[in-house]
Amino acid sequence: MYEVRFHGRGGQGAVTAASILAIAAFKDGYDVQSFPHFGVERRGAPVMAFTRLDDKKIEIKTQVYSPDCVIVLDTNLLATVDVCKGIKKGGTIILNSVKDPADFADMAKRIGGGRIATVDATSIALRHGLGSKTAPIVNTAILGAYAKVVGNVSLESIVDTVRAEAPAKKEENAKAVEDAYNEVKEEVFG
Amino acid sequence: MAKIVLKGNGAVALAIKMARVDVVAAYPITPSTFIPEKISEYVANGEMDAEFIPVESEHSAMSACIGASAAGLRAATATSSQGLELMHEMLFIASGMRLPIVMGVANRALSAPINIWCDHQDTISARDTGWIQFYAENNQEAFDLMLIAFRVAEDERVLLPAMVGLDAFILTHTFEPVDVPEQREVDDFLPPYRPKHAYLDPERPITQGSFVYPEYYMEFKYGQWIAMESARDVIDEVFADFASRFGRKYEKVSTFMCDDAEIVLITMGSLSGTVRHVVRELRNEGIKVGVAKITVFRPFPHKEIIRAVKNAKVVGVLEKNVSFGFGGAVYGEVLATVHGEGLDTKVLDFIVGLGGRDVRVEDVKEVVKICSDALQGKAVDKINWINVDKEAVKNA
Repeated sequence: MYEVRFHGRGGQGAVTAASILAIAAFKDGYDVQSFPHFGVERRGAPVMAFTRLDDKKIEIKTQVYSPDCVIVLDTNLLATVDVCKGIKKGGTIILNSVKDPADFADMAKRIGGGRIATVDATSIALRHGLGSKTAPIVNTAILGAYAKVVGNVSLESIVDTVRAEAPAKKEENAKAVEDAYNEVKEEVFG
Repeated sequence: MAKIVLKGNGAVALAIKMARVDVVAAYPITPSTFIPEKISEYVANGEMDAEFIPVESEHSAMSACIGASAAGLRAATATSSQGLELMHEMLFIASGMRLPIVMGVANRALSAPINIWCDHQDTISARDTGWIQFYAENNQEAFDLMLIAFRVAEDERVLLPAMVGLDAFILTHTFEPVDVPEQREVDDFLPPYRPKHAYLDPERPITQGSFVYPEYYMEFKYGQWIAMESARDVIDEVFADFASRFGRKYEKVSTFMCDDAEIVLITMGSLSGTVRHVVRELRNEGIKVGVAKITVFRPFPHKEIIRAVKNAKVVGVLEKNVSFGFGGAVYGEVLATVHGEGLDTKVLDFIVGLGGRDVRVEDVKEVVKICSDALQGKAVDKINWINVDKEAVKNA
């Protein structure tokens, strides 16, 4: 079983991103589950959402406590939310940031070694007119980074799902996924 | 059939649409709001030929469903928690008038304190309203049990309303793959509702829900009793028919590794999967433990519970409700069933997951540990509150 935890703020689309990842993984043949943490998303407040995927039927219905991968949509959250909590040793952290993975090396050390990936999903979103400068919609782009870095869900399925599920600007959202796939930077820290 | 990824609420809304319900009257309440929202969308888009009545309260929602059903139409609604409580008096009227209304209930805690998350206190508190009660473990079950509920409720031998519980957020807001049949397959399974006892016909006027003197009241109630007893066989028939058409087999109580189990854990709703997950792990450690999941709580499946626990020495009931001054409701019924049969099996109660408290793997292991202690003859409490900060309560 592979477990993903999304960190974002209410309105950024973390819950939607978790469900799009689940639907895309389902297209690739996995059994899937995705759910919000507590399900009350107030605009601007820190929110979490989860995706589980497995080759076998997923029966467990607990919250996710030790994710394999964590995705951070807004790095301002790092000051107040412990996004590293519970991540498996050797796990993956994907951040929406203009910085390099090396700038977050301490996070990899905190989880006993792991992979850090950064992608400037905000610029990608703005490039494609997704959201506004103050509230860019980065949830679709970040999934392109996931496809590249984690690799267990195909880019094709994510793009197809984003196109199907996006309420508006379907092509722009699909392009954002592809750009993030191509632009993400990653590095493993011991 | 096609598998699609749906939220639990989406599965319930889709089942109501595919059941070709004529009237949906509903009032929104978290976490079931998406169901009436989706249905109003279906109706507005012309995807569903139904009357959607956005009423001003849950009391009115059930009242409108009663009116529609008494007029001879297929009626459905959805609610949760406080909403179910507000319609409580109307629940008795629906069952007393023998109206086969079907309702999806997002199982949520009751105030106070205010809490929107999962437990079973709402539907358990509606236990004695004369409604058939189903509980879903996952979104597939929520979808299937809604369709099954209509068939059972509308059967001439039953004619009782039915509710399908699905756990707040854990199912209502969780996306999972759901196998959705073709519309014609649903139509074959669930033909149109053609009531013989309740309908509007100016040529043949009838009185429904009338005033009844003491010399007749008990006969009405006995009629409801017989109907609920008849529902036992009807549910089995409908489960069998459903399995033959759709390949998914339901049982009032489904067992997992119970045959040689010394400890049987009884569950209801979404925590069943977590418990099976843990049981599989504990079996590898040589602990003889099994799971019996209750899918039908009303009528209570006495025979099936006995079959599940007859070889066990300790039965642990995990439940998301409490009757203050007694214990959990499921515990009370399992205890009465097991000891009424003359078995000397020890029955223990475990109150878990109230108000959305996560039922974790370690919580299930703690339950099994207490059951193992009882198995070895150690003194244990009959009623156990799991994962509660008891010190904080003492010091408050």
